[in-house]
Amino acid sequence: MVVRDLLTRGLLAGLLAGLLALGVAEVLGEPQVSRAIAVESQLYKQEHKAPEPVIVSRDVQSTAGLATGVLVIGTAFGGLFALAFAFAYGRIGRVGPRGTSLLIAAAGFLAIYLIPFLKYPANPPSIGQATTIDHRTEIYFGVMLISILTTIGAIIVGRWLTPRFGAWNATLIAAGAFVAITTVVFIVMPGLNEVPAGFPATTLWRFRLGSLATQLTLWAAIGLIFGPLTERSAGFRRQQKLEAFR
Amino acid sequence: MSDAAAIPVAQPVPIAIPIREILPWAIFLALIALQMIYFVGAEQGAASVVSGHYVHEFVHDARHLLGFPCH
Repeated sequence: MVVRDLLTRGLLAGLLAGLLALGVAEVLGEPQVSRAIAVESQLYKQEHKAPEPVIVSRDVQSTAGLATGVLVIGTAFGGLFALAFAFAYGRIGRVGPRGTSLLIAAAGFLAIYLIPFLKYPANPPSIGQATTIDHRTEIYFGVMLISILTTIGAIIVGRWLTPRFGAWNATLIAAGAFVAITTVVFIVMPGLNEVPAGFPATTLWRFRLGSLATQLTLWAAIGLIFGPLTERSAGFRRQQKLEAFR
Repeated sequence: MSDAAAIPVAQPVPIAIPIREILPWAIFLALIALQMIYFVGAEQGAASVVSGHYVHEFVHDARHLLGFPCH
């Protein structure tokens, strides 16, 4: 039942990390969202277009809505994180629970956020046409799926090459292959730029930094919280002792 | 020079958890977690399970700031 212990800690770490990420999103992200919406309203006025109907007020979107989204994602990532840990622990070399936890957090951040972000960076409201949402969703989740598979592949190849080349060189070869494949994917996948002319560059840059900081906080916190929690878990320690005597 | 740092400390060898123990949890949780990620990340964008725009508008800011495509 050790997986149960890991899962409990993963969900908890994800929720706590979500709270931290929520703070970062609120402080660094929300001001830029407001600025982008102000720019959008200005553009609508100039073009004499009617403003979009208000279904959920800005106050709710920037508080309860943001919190719900970030905490749900944080907890879901925490659960998946615990399972990734269960698969990886003891299979990626002599790394303890805290080290394994940090490595998985780094891999998760890279595969799920950073690689897709480098190709299709986050955009504030007012950027992105309603008519292209199908296409944008396909290519965003497409590049995410590819980066997840490439990351898992690189880890497996790295482990497979370790007996022949040693851990250092095997890791370098796997990382090199990862960079090469990702570069080709970036070149092959369609480009995307829907930033309207005249959109303030600093707002866009700060919004993207805010998004990056939010996700970085989420993953770093999951990685740092989950490791010590698991190391102290009675169920986990019992399982490790039992298996050691098998 | 002190030799204190050179004394080897016994580190417990990490032992892998058998796959058969992980698998049922993994399948069930992956299905649930993916649904949750879908609702925050993509519902009422390219695809819609619940009609209207309420879900999308409610998690709107989170979707933008977490980097998912929106609008």
